[in-house]
Amino acid sequence: MITSIVIIVVLVVLGIIYASLYNGLIRARTYTQESWSQIDVQLKRRNDLIPNLVETVKGYGHYEQSTLEKITSLRSQLMGVPSDDHQKAMEVSNQLSDTLKSILAVSEAYPDLKANEEYTKLMEELSNTENKIAYSRQLYNSSAASLNMKLQTFPSNMVANLHHFTPADYLQVPEEEKSAPKVSFGN
Amino acid sequence: MLYEQIRQNKRRTVYVLIGFVLLVLAIGAAIGYMFFNSSIAGLLMALVIAVVYSAIMIGNSTNVVMSMNHGHEITSADQAPELWHIVEDMALVARVPMPRVFIIDDPSPNAFATGNDPQHAAVAATSGILQILNREELEGVIGHEMTHVRNYDIRLQTIALALSAAISLLVNIGMNSFWWGGGRRDRDDDDNDGGYLRIIMFIVSIVLVILGPLAASIAQMALSRNREYLADAGSVELTRNPQGLISALQKISGGEPMQAADSSSAALYITDPFKNKRSFAHLFDTHPPIADRIDRLQKM
Repeated sequence: MITSIVIIVVLVVLGIIYASLYNGLIRARTYTQESWSQIDVQLKRRNDLIPNLVETVKGYGHYEQSTLEKITSLRSQLMGVPSDDHQKAMEVSNQLSDTLKSILAVSEAYPDLKANEEYTKLMEELSNTENKIAYSRQLYNSSAASLNMKLQTFPSNMVANLHHFTPADYLQVPEEEKSAPKVSFGN
Repeated sequence: MLYEQIRQNKRRTVYVLIGFVLLVLAIGAAIGYMFFNSSIAGLLMALVIAVVYSAIMIGNSTNVVMSMNHGHEITSADQAPELWHIVEDMALVARVPMPRVFIIDDPSPNAFATGNDPQHAAVAATSGILQILNREELEGVIGHEMTHVRNYDIRLQTIALALSAAISLLVNIGMNSFWWGGGRRDRDDDDNDGGYLRIIMFIVSIVLVILGPLAASIAQMALSRNREYLADAGSVELTRNPQGLISALQKISGGEPMQAADSSSAALYITDPFKNKRSFAHLFDTHPPIADRIDRLQKM
């Protein structure tokens, strides 16, 4: 009688532990997927902004022509990347970010372009989108890190093996952003 | 570490709440005893006031705090694109819902967050801060506020605020009764039974009425100081850019004191809106010295 009660209690406790580990894994995986879709939304948004931007700056300075062509071709290249190839998408996106930055820099030399209201609005939209790409990439990487941590540490790794969870890839951060400092909460 | 801190915050909220409620009740009883001949009446009055205030604050804290501080809400990105977009970014990376955004028309640079939980949060910035900070600096500031939101600091502050307001209302009622001749039962003076007890009770009551508000603000401020360091660290965790917050703090510390701020909300702001003029000891500071905060940020 007593032994069967003990066995039942132990089984129930094990079941609860198992369920919470499994739920933790699912949550980590959902966070990772969700943060990728955040990046995806922003990449699409930027792609929608580019034609407007190109249209607005076209009239200023002929030597930017090659830059504009590069932007347009990178844009269509980005649209052609299969949706599950995260690394490739980010690689093209980083190139696109760099090229867009050079447009920003050049436009400093044209006072009447800077005074253009449409242009200022586009620039705010563009830097907003660029920031959001960077922040959602940061969020993706931290979500991926916490998922991968769960996949490697005991006891969640046992549950993960049972259900064939796969580790998430980290996204490359462009060189200039790599110097990000480490945060410590120590006092 | 961070999650522990959040849990600890939630637990502390309960302790502070209990302590505060006891203080409110004690002050109510003291006032009742001194001015209305009945500590029970005072106790009940205090209970009613505390419950009403807390209910108003929990249900509607954002609107109350914002109107106390003269904030007006912006509801679309067009009204203040940079602020709106930065709040969006920080909410995204802190994984909290987009809070409501307010602007306070005041040339002094400052910002704060309030609300009951991350689902009902609000962030406010003064027009001064929007003018003097660049994007990176503003990101640091909003990151700091978003950390307050994510860590449930805002709930603790909201409740502390409601209870301090309740205490100051009670003390005001007591003071008014005093000035308007409520006075204490002089007619009982010839009755010596239990006279000593009465004198002791009377003294305790006076001490409570005088020190109560003081105790409330000391508690509120001590709670607030520690959280500021934590929110600075949290901000850097979100933006990965300590330099932004450092130079924001430097710029803010050079600004003038605020006109529009409400004194009981001082603890909510990113830096002390009154520039420390009213306090004679660090016990009353709502914020650690900016130099200390910058120092810690530089070590990250």
